[in-house]
Amino acid sequence: MSDEAAEQPAAPQGACDSCLRRSWLVARLGAQFDFARRRGRDLPLIFDLPDGRLIAAIAGGTRSVVEREYEEFDPATAAARCCVAGVETLCRCDAGYPRRLVAAPGCPAVLHIVGGRDRFVALAAADAVAIVGARRGSAYGLEMARLLARGLAGAGLTVVSGMALGIDSAAHAGTLEVEGATVAVLPVGAERPYPASKRALYRRIVDSGVAVSELPPGSDSRRWAFPARNRIIAGLSAMTVVIEAGERSGSLITAAVAEDLGRQLGAVPGRVTSRLSAGTNELLARGARVVRDAGDVLDAIFGVGMRAVPTSPTGRGAVGVELRELLDAVGGGRDTLGALIRSGRPLELTLTQLAELEVCGHVRREAGGRYVVRV
Amino acid sequence: MLAQVATFAIDGVDPRPVWVEVDIRSGLPTFTIVGLGDTAVRESRDRVRAAILNSGFAFPQSRVTANLAPAFLRKAGPGFDAALALAVLAASGQVPAAALVRYAVYGELSLSGELRDSPGALAVAEGTRRAGLERLIVPRERAREAALVEGVAIVAVASLREAADVLTGRESPRLPPLPPETAVAVQAEPDLSDVRGHELPLLALQIAAAGGHNLLLEGAPGTGKTMLARRLPSILPALTRAQAIEVTRIHSVAGVHAGGLISARPFRAPHHTISAAGLVGGGTPPRPGEASLADHGVLFLDELSEFQRASLDALRQPLEDGHVMIVRGQRVLEFPTRFMLVAASNPCPCGFAGVDDRCSCSEIDLRRHRRRLSGPLLDRMDLLVTVERPHEHELRATPLTSSAKARELVLAARQRQERRLADAGAGCNGEMDSRLARRHIRLDRAAELALGIAYDRNALSARGRHRVLRVARTIADLDGRDRVSAADVMMAVSLRQRDQAEGAMAA
Repeated sequence: MSDEAAEQPAAPQGACDSCLRRSWLVARLGAQFDFARRRGRDLPLIFDLPDGRLIAAIAGGTRSVVEREYEEFDPATAAARCCVAGVETLCRCDAGYPRRLVAAPGCPAVLHIVGGRDRFVALAAADAVAIVGARRGSAYGLEMARLLARGLAGAGLTVVSGMALGIDSAAHAGTLEVEGATVAVLPVGAERPYPASKRALYRRIVDSGVAVSELPPGSDSRRWAFPARNRIIAGLSAMTVVIEAGERSGSLITAAVAEDLGRQLGAVPGRVTSRLSAGTNELLARGARVVRDAGDVLDAIFGVGMRAVPTSPTGRGAVGVELRELLDAVGGGRDTLGALIRSGRPLELTLTQLAELEVCGHVRREAGGRYVVRV
Repeated sequence: MLAQVATFAIDGVDPRPVWVEVDIRSGLPTFTIVGLGDTAVRESRDRVRAAILNSGFAFPQSRVTANLAPAFLRKAGPGFDAALALAVLAASGQVPAAALVRYAVYGELSLSGELRDSPGALAVAEGTRRAGLERLIVPRERAREAALVEGVAIVAVASLREAADVLTGRESPRLPPLPPETAVAVQAEPDLSDVRGHELPLLALQIAAAGGHNLLLEGAPGTGKTMLARRLPSILPALTRAQAIEVTRIHSVAGVHAGGLISARPFRAPHHTISAAGLVGGGTPPRPGEASLADHGVLFLDELSEFQRASLDALRQPLEDGHVMIVRGQRVLEFPTRFMLVAASNPCPCGFAGVDDRCSCSEIDLRRHRRRLSGPLLDRMDLLVTVERPHEHELRATPLTSSAKARELVLAARQRQERRLADAGAGCNGEMDSRLARRHIRLDRAAELALGIAYDRNALSARGRHRVLRVARTIADLDGRDRVSAADVMMAVSLRQRDQAEGAMAA
């Protein structure tokens, strides 16, 4: 430790050796973590163990090998590898390490960052909200994720999510729409877009925000890395909002961590009959905050009425009376042409009016001819 | 001794004159056929010999050489049999060679000397007229079809013997057994009055039929996409005589039709495993594909996303140009393909997107599905409508329209278009290119404004704008108006496909 203290002025931009070693160890034990999880071990408890006991606890048959490698670990090589991959590091000994995350038990030793270490420090120091939810989000859920993200980013908050398909990506995309900054916490090395189909989104995120991972560059995805990633998302955020989660959704893990940390927890209400909303409605029943729009989130974090959502910069014109009525009908669940006609609207007029709403950006057409109200 | 008779090779769907020359001279008895024939032509040797002998004639015991001229043209199929046999008979003096000069002969022979049914007689009859010949000998089954061509006397014969009799004048040429105009009875087509509910798809069918627009029906399995598409021909205007003859010729050449004039618009629904060649034509010798068989009719692609990408891509040129060019060796063949494309597709792989929670497709599944559909072909679909499951009370209600009623509207709209486009080189709104569209589509002020807004707000691409204009023109035509109103434009926008670029969501 004394060496590191002496070296720190020389290398202010990197993680310290012991944290790098810890980070390496976590990645090295990747397969064993999956194994431990399958045997019912509690991940957060494992993450709290010091290095030696961690190896003893889960390395199993590979223990002697891992111990030898642990002794031989060279922090300089690890640092160089990060450098080559374009990844910066920030360890929990550093003053810039997010304060909220330090409070979380078993917080990662090192955060690997793409998009700028200083930018991450600033983003994490600001008020951050996690928006998470189902991969197979419905059109409603995706639209809500974008709406919330836009409102919160517009109010200057950082939106944290996991870049997964569905709700997570919609939250990132919503943030980017209003040129807000967002933090994507990945379950693989931070240099790698995961899932790969979100390559384009990843590039846009690291342009103005950051991608973060606790795993060193080159790490592959492992089952345990997803819930582990969720604890970072919750840990970074002052409030976690869940939009659409099934009964066994990973988003509920994020919610549970947020609850354990005493952070604010909110959920967007969904249809009682929808499987996708079972998890979120359950959260609401247990006392999570009802989140209807960005204002609800701001009220929860800063106190009612302390911060207001800035007016929407999209500049869509006001809606006339007749169109308003149609828009309400679409928002109220009569969201296909068939349903609208069945409620007594003439077909041709409805088609015309829907086009007007669509052109002006009030509704969007989804697969299956379903209209979704954009907010 | 030398004899010569005219016949025709079918090149694509066009007739090419071929002269069958037979030379008989002393020497060892042989029979050779030269002139770039395929296997069927080479085998014709044995058929011709047996047919001549079995018809009670003598096959010359000398050196027989037959030439199919012009020698550079590849000749395929058994259609030269009858011409070869008659030329041999003429060269050996068994029928008068002088009589043969006025005739063209077409047909396959059986060993017993019968003339067998041979596809493509209509094309041959057209060639006969073009070559300036007066008479055409065809198998009896093909007489009515060949008789559709005016100015050629059709001699329908059942056997080589009858053909020889006609030439020797022992029996006067018999006219086809039935006048051609009674034609094929129009089959009882499925009618729109069978449809319950489906107000939007019915409107879309009418617009598609009225303007010749391509239509994509999207909907969950079992909602009635195929049922609706099958009823489209029932509201299309009847074929003109020229169109009917073209359709009959193509179907005859392809061997899928025998006898009489086809008066109903073709409706072709190939299975989704079809190859590119099967769809647009090809093979050796090149045969018309489904796109040509659907000429002047409807090509229906059910389960569009299941078709091979290559097959769908091959449809691009035919859709754009109204014909397809197939290059074989040094020749270019042209098949006409002026069809309306109607496609049906599920909105997602499981088929239930948009139907509450039943859809189990992930974002990736959806994107993959969209990618299979997307691209240039989807770009050419003017109308996309969702077919929803009708409600129970709609199923019990009276039908919204009938084919007769809808057809009347379509015909009126088509007449307006014909008048407007009289000498523009386009038959209907769907065939207008952007130059014609600019000249013939008049918008009122509000419509111009509406279109401008839609374009400025990025709700439309440049191509999308053009397509919307044409559809709006058809909507106004159906309504009997000269100017396109803002409501027409907006309705066309609603009936258009969703924008492929879904901006942020596609990230």
